[in-house]
Amino acid sequence: MKCFSRYLPYIFRPPNTILSSSCHTEADIISTVEFNHTGELLATGDKGGRVVIFQREQESKNQVHRRGEYNVYSTFQSHEPEFDYLKSLEIEEKINKIRWLPQQNAAYFLLSTNDKTVKLWKVSERDKRPEGYNLKDEEGRLRDPATITTLRVPVLRPMDLMVEATPRRVFANAHTYHINSISVNSDYETYMSADDLRINLWNFEITNQSFNIVDIKPANMEELTEVITAAEFHPHHCNTFVYSSSKGTIRLCDMRASALCDRHTKFFEEPEDPSNRSFFSEIISSISDVKFSHSGRYIMTRDYLTVKVWDLNMENRPIETYQVHDYLRSKLCSLYENDCIFDKFECVWNGSDSVIMTGSYNNFFRMFDRNTKRDVTLEASRENSKPRAILKPRKVCVGGKRRKDEISVDSLDFSKKILHTAWHPSENIIAVAATNNLYIFQDKVN
Amino acid sequence: MFARGLKRKCVDQEDDGEGALAGFGTIPSYSLQRQSLLDMSLVKLQLCHMLVEPNLCRSVLIANTVRQIQEEMTRDGVGQGAAPQSTGRAPLDRLVSTEILCRTVRGPEAGCPVPDLGDGPLQGPLPEICTVDAAEVPRSPQSNPWEMDSPRESRGSFQKSLDQIFETLEHKNHSSMEDLFSDMDSSYYDLDTVLTGMMTSAKPGLCDGLEGFAAAAPPPGSTCKSDLAEVDHVVEILVET
Repeated sequence: MKCFSRYLPYIFRPPNTILSSSCHTEADIISTVEFNHTGELLATGDKGGRVVIFQREQESKNQVHRRGEYNVYSTFQSHEPEFDYLKSLEIEEKINKIRWLPQQNAAYFLLSTNDKTVKLWKVSERDKRPEGYNLKDEEGRLRDPATITTLRVPVLRPMDLMVEATPRRVFANAHTYHINSISVNSDYETYMSADDLRINLWNFEITNQSFNIVDIKPANMEELTEVITAAEFHPHHCNTFVYSSSKGTIRLCDMRASALCDRHTKFFEEPEDPSNRSFFSEIISSISDVKFSHSGRYIMTRDYLTVKVWDLNMENRPIETYQVHDYLRSKLCSLYENDCIFDKFECVWNGSDSVIMTGSYNNFFRMFDRNTKRDVTLEASRENSKPRAILKPRKVCVGGKRRKDEISVDSLDFSKKILHTAWHPSENIIAVAATNNLYIFQDKVN
Repeated sequence: MFARGLKRKCVDQEDDGEGALAGFGTIPSYSLQRQSLLDMSLVKLQLCHMLVEPNLCRSVLIANTVRQIQEEMTRDGVGQGAAPQSTGRAPLDRLVSTEILCRTVRGPEAGCPVPDLGDGPLQGPLPEICTVDAAEVPRSPQSNPWEMDSPRESRGSFQKSLDQIFETLEHKNHSSMEDLFSDMDSSYYDLDTVLTGMMTSAKPGLCDGLEGFAAAAPPPGSTCKSDLAEVDHVVEILVET
């Protein structure tokens, strides 16, 4: 078989896990994917409000090829559909984002959010139970102290492993618009939640109040021309965060400057190329995702057609721009007409910040090696996901004669889109959500 | 018959109502495209307005696009609604087959772009939805679908918009509303969903629903008056929906 390592940043072997049901409902569509800080766990959220957590199996010597498979660890219903009687509107249960907290004890904590409410979940294991209590009866009620004549020490007896998910905090009633981002601060005590017009800062311990740190709502909503599309804290500096807007700009704010960060510290914007101007310029420049690099030096933004990498020290243009699917530039009218132009693609860094990954249509996803400037298009599909197979790069044919193995722009399936992906924090393992399927690929084991 | 070749084609074009375009030569193509895009955006915006809680980002981007098109039309001296009527309007589906607008927008001083008539012929009668005159649609929308913070404010303007609605409903009665939607391509706009959403939201979120209607109203100033019975009838219809 031809060796693709010369062309690829990494060779990804498909999937040791495919989460799917063949006849899926709307509720099964995966809406977010996130590894925890060690990469041991991977959480997905779906439109039905469920969170599914996968755990990586420990390596076993006699089953080398099964190294690091991810299996379902816990499933729980994070959000339920609600009805806001005051405003007469339904609140969807769809999980918009999941963020893990750094692990501090045996339990795991994660934040999950739908349009309006953020919840803090504790996921913990239990494999022992105490037996021999005589202070309480079988149903857990305290006994009358007068009837207790001896003091018995309870003993822990082993039982089948049980993974429990319990909601520890519910942060509600602080967002009028739809929450698009949550981000845990590096102080591990606070996090922020961003909606279309405001960003709030929360303490994990306090659910009944939050601080509004950004508010771009104009007094007169008729003057509204810009919304917040994503926001994230700096990975190391707890006073710094960025947020992106629908006009393609990124603002970096310093919370030390003032309580309300109405004035940004840095403003990242690329001047518009007049030769590329069209009525769709603003729509395609709207940023759908913003991510700090692990080092904290760079910011990556995704707009409709490109991924850009910005140096925090240079505001006037990105240092790198990668074309994700430039062949769609001539199709923008149709994509506007069928609303695909408003799809919100996310983007991720690999562990060393040297490769970036983002999704496209037709179940394609793209990787860009920042050092070699090589890029590759891969496809998440059952057909080419046979065990131990190697993912073949795909190519989209732009005009002219279509070669074998190429797919023409006109036959791309725009209903199959990869919006959410995740990259293991230290290894070359990626998770790709394709509608109701989760594909986990890892690089070749030698 | 087929041997007549070109001539037959030309006649067919006129039969198809494309004579207007042919008559204007190659020039109107860009403005037609622009008008179609404007029409499509206005329809999208209307549908946004009917939802209780639309996707704000999408609504804002569409509204900005509308503003941009209208600004360019004003700059080009296209009387709102006048020029497109003289050239005829393109059905929405023409946009699918064209790429003109995806390319560089004509600057104020730039010449007319080279049109490609062969790209996709204009066809069929013009959908009624396109006849919503640009002038009828306020430059800054009257209603604020995304205004959710101040229910009191919207209740304050309720009386005013109700007046407009009654005026509107005299012009656009129930059947014309249906016509409005029946001409649209349901493959692109999931009207069932939208209309269902509108109806379910009309009861609890009456203000929002009504403002949606109000946005389609002709500018205040039409002098029609409703007598009490008609108002009752209209209210009945609204309550039923």
